[in-house]
Amino acid sequence: MIDPVQKIFRFQPDRSLYPETGADGKPVIRLDSGKFIKVWQGPNHPGVTGNMSLELTISGDEVVESKTHVGYLHRGFEKLFERRRYIQCFPTCIRMCVPEPDTNEYNLARGTEELAGIEVPETANWLRMLALEMARLQVLLRMVPGQAATMGLGLGAQWGMYFRELILDRFEELTGGRIYHMYILPGGVRGMMPDGFRERLGENLKKIDGFIKDIDKLIFHNAVFRKRTIGIGHIPADWVDHYGITGPVARAAGFKRDVRKDYPYLYYHQINFDYNIEHDSDVFARFLVRRKDLETTVDILRQIMAKMPEKGIIRAETPNVLHWRIPKGETYVRCESSRGEYGFYMVSDGSMYPRRINLRGPSYTHAVSVLERLLVNANISDISSIMVSLATCPPEIER
Amino acid sequence: MEQLLDRIIAGFEAADIEKRKDGQVFFTVPKPKVLPLINHLKMFEGFRNLILMTAVDWIEDNQFQITYLLNNPDTKTDLGIRTFIGRDGEGMDSIHELWGHAATFQREMKEMFGIGFPGSPRVDEPFLLEGWDDIPPMRREFDTKKYSEETYFPRPGRETHDPATYMKQKLYPND
Repeated sequence: MIDPVQKIFRFQPDRSLYPETGADGKPVIRLDSGKFIKVWQGPNHPGVTGNMSLELTISGDEVVESKTHVGYLHRGFEKLFERRRYIQCFPTCIRMCVPEPDTNEYNLARGTEELAGIEVPETANWLRMLALEMARLQVLLRMVPGQAATMGLGLGAQWGMYFRELILDRFEELTGGRIYHMYILPGGVRGMMPDGFRERLGENLKKIDGFIKDIDKLIFHNAVFRKRTIGIGHIPADWVDHYGITGPVARAAGFKRDVRKDYPYLYYHQINFDYNIEHDSDVFARFLVRRKDLETTVDILRQIMAKMPEKGIIRAETPNVLHWRIPKGETYVRCESSRGEYGFYMVSDGSMYPRRINLRGPSYTHAVSVLERLLVNANISDISSIMVSLATCPPEIER
Repeated sequence: MEQLLDRIIAGFEAADIEKRKDGQVFFTVPKPKVLPLINHLKMFEGFRNLILMTAVDWIEDNQFQITYLLNNPDTKTDLGIRTFIGRDGEGMDSIHELWGHAATFQREMKEMFGIGFPGSPRVDEPFLLEGWDDIPPMRREFDTKKYSEETYFPRPGRETHDPATYMKQKLYPND
């Protein structure tokens, strides 16, 4: 006779029997049948990135249906922009992505400059690249080891936070702020690097080199991590264009997609780096791409520091920003964030206020349409891992 | 790009062409031409990536502008397709069959602007605003300040500055 406890663990839900498929080709889910339960994961849950929630219908321990719910963090940024002068939009726009606010500053500044026809000085462009790559580095330092935390290995995440703090120290030196910087403004940047900045950043990068080797041993060579991520959350290649997937998620499926190389901006064309590609398109492949991105970012920062002019003009002349009428027109500007293509669609009606600024972040599709489909048939213990591998950031969905 | 634009102008009545930068063009087409044009661009011209889809409220003209931004990853070009519809309940054809994430854009536009997309999956389900019974908040006539003053209590003892006056003092004190 089989022990009843053993019997529970031997239970294999026969997914060929239910959910049955209805006449419309969709699964028939009747909660009163006793075969399904409804579970809410989030908005407050350690396995959910930020304030969003997943409405899950579970059968056994597998997901039958998932619906993403956002709105817990909605502050109406895009509406607020319409009532603010361009310069007043900067303190608001950075809140659209807490981990990596600099991409918002950069896109807003670049869009304004494109519409107004402003040329940015060379030194300012190098400093912008420095800020954007430092932002990418501090996100990856948290995100790459943080993936292991979704399956219980919290040590890596905490360890990564220390190295992220080193970069935040450099941000504080450069901009005065640790999280939100408001460093990039229309026409250029707010300040030059302080004395000794290069050396201090160089020392930090050396330490980070060592940390990357350590996380290889701790995480990527870890049997449990590999078992829990290889083959999990597979994204077929034909989803990439169908769902507008970008960044490391697309590169893990074998696509050469990187805004820095495809649509060069700033001076990325003077920097030597390559696409980081994987082909398995599962959770492990996505994190392998990010791990390679981490090394690439360190290398790019070294190249930037080597090419950065010692001095120069850091901000172009702009009209009085409180009375600045931006010529009528529209544009779409994009840059490569740590999560993928990050774009601003901007429309000016010729007044001092933007008519429309619309953010298109990677999470808009990754966390909603892709995640909802990807979680079907996933085991509930893999939900966090899959979600974090897509690098979802709810504020950029509910701007 | 020039030849592509010629084909679009000839076949789909494109007008108001605005070349913003290398590889990025915005233009306007009449509403009935939007779906055939998008189908054509996706099937035959390599524009297989929908970057975004959003609306702009031109309340003074009583029109919504709907913008579709398509991208061809091979030629690295973007096309911004504009079309205009009335603000008084006029709907738009759904493109959810063409891209998996189009339904999300359409659901958001229904909630935020009140633009209908008949047939789009879950288009009537709330996207962000559960229990919202006011006008769609991204319409220009929705006054956020008034809504905030009516809905939330001011915090006593809080000092506020008019942002424009405060910035003028800080940035241009001699003006």
